[in-house]
Amino acid sequence: MNTSEQEHLLLEGLAKEDKSAIEQIYREHYNMVKSLVINNSGTADDAADIFQEAMIVLFEKAKSPEFELHCLLKTFIYSICRRLWLKRLQQQNRFVTQSEGLEETIPVEEELETHEKKQNDFSIMENAMSKIGEPCKSLLEAYYIQKKQMQEIATHFGYTNADNAKTQKYKCLVRLKKLFFAQYKNVE
Amino acid sequence: MEDTLLIDAVERFVKGEMSSQEKIYFEELRKNNPELDQAVVEQLFFLNELDNYGTAKNFRHTLHEVEAKLTDEGFLLKATPVVGKAKVIQLWQKYKRTIAVAASIAGLVSIFIASLVSAVSSNVEPNIKPLVEKLNDQADKTRQLENKVNQLEASTTVLPVAKPILVSKFRATGFLIDVGNNYIVTNAHVVFEAKNHLIIENNKGDQFTAKAVYVNKLNDIAILKVTDSNFKKLPPLPYSIKKASAELGEQVFILGYPKAEIVYGEGYVSAKNGYQMDTIYCQLTTTANEGNSGSPVITKNGDLVGIITSTELNADGVVFAIKPANIFRAVDEVKKIKEFENIRIGSGGGLKGVDRVNQIRKMQDYVFMIKGN
Repeated sequence: MNTSEQEHLLLEGLAKEDKSAIEQIYREHYNMVKSLVINNSGTADDAADIFQEAMIVLFEKAKSPEFELHCLLKTFIYSICRRLWLKRLQQQNRFVTQSEGLEETIPVEEELETHEKKQNDFSIMENAMSKIGEPCKSLLEAYYIQKKQMQEIATHFGYTNADNAKTQKYKCLVRLKKLFFAQYKNVE
Repeated sequence: MEDTLLIDAVERFVKGEMSSQEKIYFEELRKNNPELDQAVVEQLFFLNELDNYGTAKNFRHTLHEVEAKLTDEGFLLKATPVVGKAKVIQLWQKYKRTIAVAASIAGLVSIFIASLVSAVSSNVEPNIKPLVEKLNDQADKTRQLENKVNQLEASTTVLPVAKPILVSKFRATGFLIDVGNNYIVTNAHVVFEAKNHLIIENNKGDQFTAKAVYVNKLNDIAILKVTDSNFKKLPPLPYSIKKASAELGEQVFILGYPKAEIVYGEGYVSAKNGYQMDTIYCQLTTTANEGNSGSPVITKNGDLVGIITSTELNADGVVFAIKPANIFRAVDEVKKIKEFENIRIGSGGGLKGVDRVNQIRKMQDYVFMIKGN
């Protein structure tokens, strides 16, 4: 199997949230990112943060059906992390001595823009979720995140039947929707 | 109520649960009623957002599990979500290159240089405060997120309850002094770092549980006993532990875990006493970093003459090591405890006249990484 086939499999695993795939990507590429960050006035903790974010970007990409990697995974990760780190340094108004590494980079502006948008949506939803209170929060998480069956949820939350649980869920969803759009439209 | 009806309709529409007749009727309604259509579009968008959120959240959870595993192995270094002490350690890590000093964890904990640390950190705090806050904030968020998910998982009988993961909070060094009964010496301040669990790890990466049987804060010395039944007894010690201290100018070497693998360092005895003439310690000139706490100091003849403890902040390469006589004192104390009265300091040999590479080869199985949380 050649490198690109192997990396293709690895990304397929990532899209399925396969732990061993995630672990392998960490093992193969984390140290590269760590030296990038540390050589540019960061710490190992910064590196771990940056790599985590890059993994989320990669996951988002890998999940989309039209995704194809046109370079080595290493180059992609390096480029993403490099941009993310430079951006963070700029945000902190820190003095940037940009050491141009020998690593090849590709333009990733588009990816990061999409990522930022998704990240933003995520935090709005997270915020809305944190505001609706219980039992709404657990109810919605059980159905929409853990993808449980209505019957199971009814039993667990102590509703007499699935229809009652469903009605409650809808009420919760209406509230969540209001909270979400209140902030979402503000930002737009 | 109309809202919920709409949601129900849209959800069944998305899931393909509508009968073909119902579907036609629904499409017809949308076509003739722009307001309804708008609401449906909005609902579809919202459901999609919610789905993305769920996917992202699940992925983050998986990601954190992998991270926890790698952190535990020492592959990943990640700040632990502890405010207070962790903050200081981060400050320290951030500025250690600038100040160009090395320190074991002891550097922070030791009383005598605490004042120096605070002086340094108050100088630099304004510069790096944002970073520290951010990291803590993020670490805290991660922890909360994980807690939430774990609670949810734990509250249902269907999903398996998340396995407890040991995330190590610190790393230091220790070495065997009794191969018959598996006693290990390290620094007291190392043991204080372990609030819950204490494990040792050999240079092959195998981990074993251990417990502290004696901790002396004053001399900064602690004795651990390996409690793991999987721990295999080792042949007699290669080094011999001497009661006498090393001579001024004597060449020494150290082995320890300032990183996830064993690291060798060289130096010499530069003073007979420690910081401010503290007679418990002697002073070495060598390089020691965070994680070196508890490292053995060995002479070229294979005599153990110290335990690395701390370093002076405003001087380069000044490292303090506990004199070996303190190990004997500690062992005498342990002997008084009925349960551990079998402790014996092993006498060793086999390092004399051997070249350094082979000395290290013989020794490295006896030097352990001390981890815990």
